[in-house]
Amino acid sequence: MEKYLSLFTEYNIPAAFWVNIQLTFWAAIGALVLGTVLAMMRISPVRSFAAFGTGYVNIIRNTPLTIILLFGVLALYNQLGFTLSSDFDQNFFNLAVMGLAIYHAAFVCEAIRSGVNTVPVGQAEAARAIGLSFFPAAREVILPQAFRGSVVPLGNVLIALIKNSTVAAVSSVAIEASSVMKQMLEFESNLIIPIFATFAIGFVIIVIPVGVLTTWLSKKLAVAR
Amino acid sequence: MSASVLFDTPGPKAKRRILLINIIGVLLLLALLVVVVIGLANKGQMEPSLWATMFTSNAWTNFLLPGLINTLKAAGLAIVLSIVFGLAFGMGLLSELKALRWFSTIIVEFFRAVPVLLLIVFFNILLSRTGIVNGTDSPFWAVVISLMLYNGSVVAELVRSGVRNLPKGQREAGIAIGLTTNQSLRLIEIPQALVAMLPALIGQFVVILKDSALGYIVGFTELLFYSRTFASANGNMLQALLVAAAIFIIINFALSKLAEIVSRRLSSRMPDGKTADPDAELEAPALA
Repeated sequence: MEKYLSLFTEYNIPAAFWVNIQLTFWAAIGALVLGTVLAMMRISPVRSFAAFGTGYVNIIRNTPLTIILLFGVLALYNQLGFTLSSDFDQNFFNLAVMGLAIYHAAFVCEAIRSGVNTVPVGQAEAARAIGLSFFPAAREVILPQAFRGSVVPLGNVLIALIKNSTVAAVSSVAIEASSVMKQMLEFESNLIIPIFATFAIGFVIIVIPVGVLTTWLSKKLAVAR
Repeated sequence: MSASVLFDTPGPKAKRRILLINIIGVLLLLALLVVVVIGLANKGQMEPSLWATMFTSNAWTNFLLPGLINTLKAAGLAIVLSIVFGLAFGMGLLSELKALRWFSTIIVEFFRAVPVLLLIVFFNILLSRTGIVNGTDSPFWAVVISLMLYNGSVVAELVRSGVRNLPKGQREAGIAIGLTTNQSLRLIEIPQALVAMLPALIGQFVVILKDSALGYIVGFTELLFYSRTFASANGNMLQALLVAAAIFIIINFALSKLAEIVSRRLSSRMPDGKTADPDAELEAPALA
């Protein structure tokens, strides 16, 4: 037990989780912006935009995140000399955020699109029938309902993003949870199971409230139909 | 057509405007493509030799194919095991016994909340330290076990929701002809739920295949690992990673299409026209 408790003084476990939370925070903002733009492109009547959106989603969604993050470090940084910060560590952090945002934007796009698809066509027809033109109809009638429909899928993307932030280990972000855990497992071989349990429970504590919150929010905001 | 909610059928004026924006859009996309290609060319990345080495028989027979075979082996085994795991724990979630239901819920929720990478790193070290499997095999088994635990938990949740969505009459009819609740679950409800969840299940295979690439991090000799090894010798990392990504995309795209076709077939077959959503990986806190 004492040996176990000493782990917390030897290794800074909360700092490791803090890196994952930071990765998640910035990547979530990036993915939300990019995903919203992609969703707008996909549902627009302009063919070329829609084709671009569909292509992006189909390509990115079917690519392993590991390849995307590895691409950032090995291809963009090593081979092309592309950097996002002059600071060595910050550069890898930013590359990881970029990769995570690019990957999850595809899922954000699909979440928003599925939200728009929950709105019955009759709503739009009714909005037009009472004389609303495109923007008022979108703002007053359709988007509020679409947003409510996409709360749960967006929450699920956020959960996936939190968990996937550990893959930043391949982007040379060295002090995030999975890398710190790996290091601890290698050095403290007689405490393998308690160390894993500590990190696993850490993620359970972060992830489950997000799930509960989105379910609660979606019930509270549910559109009665 | 998803566009129908927001956009009315365009009239002549709107059609002209859409055409104009469309042309601008195509030009923008072409411009983007040109910028990327010129940018790569300026860095000397469009050298034909860098790309051509990716399509030599040496690249394929010694690197890409062995890697792909290992990836498919791990993914295939993980798929089979996660279906078994999912059925067992799905039945646990639906059990009449409170203790069994609680146990299954805790297992399923736990493995859905823990990042797969943590599981892989943990099992890799656990297996190699305890010597349960041969040292060089431990990355492979770490990947298979981790994928089984995570995706099996997602499948268990699919089984549960599949059975819950069946009409109540199915179970009642089963009990009325003298089956126990357990028999009715096994013989009547789960077979129907399995059919309804097939598209979502195939969607989960895509997740398994993608996540098998995480094995790269613990040194599992899969496609990504071999691509990198090949590229380090040839100095064409960018090209090699793009080819590896393309292989994953082609296989996954085919699987996604299969899920769509199955979903369409089933929705014409099922009495209420309902099947699980092929995008259910978004519904369960899954994907990855």
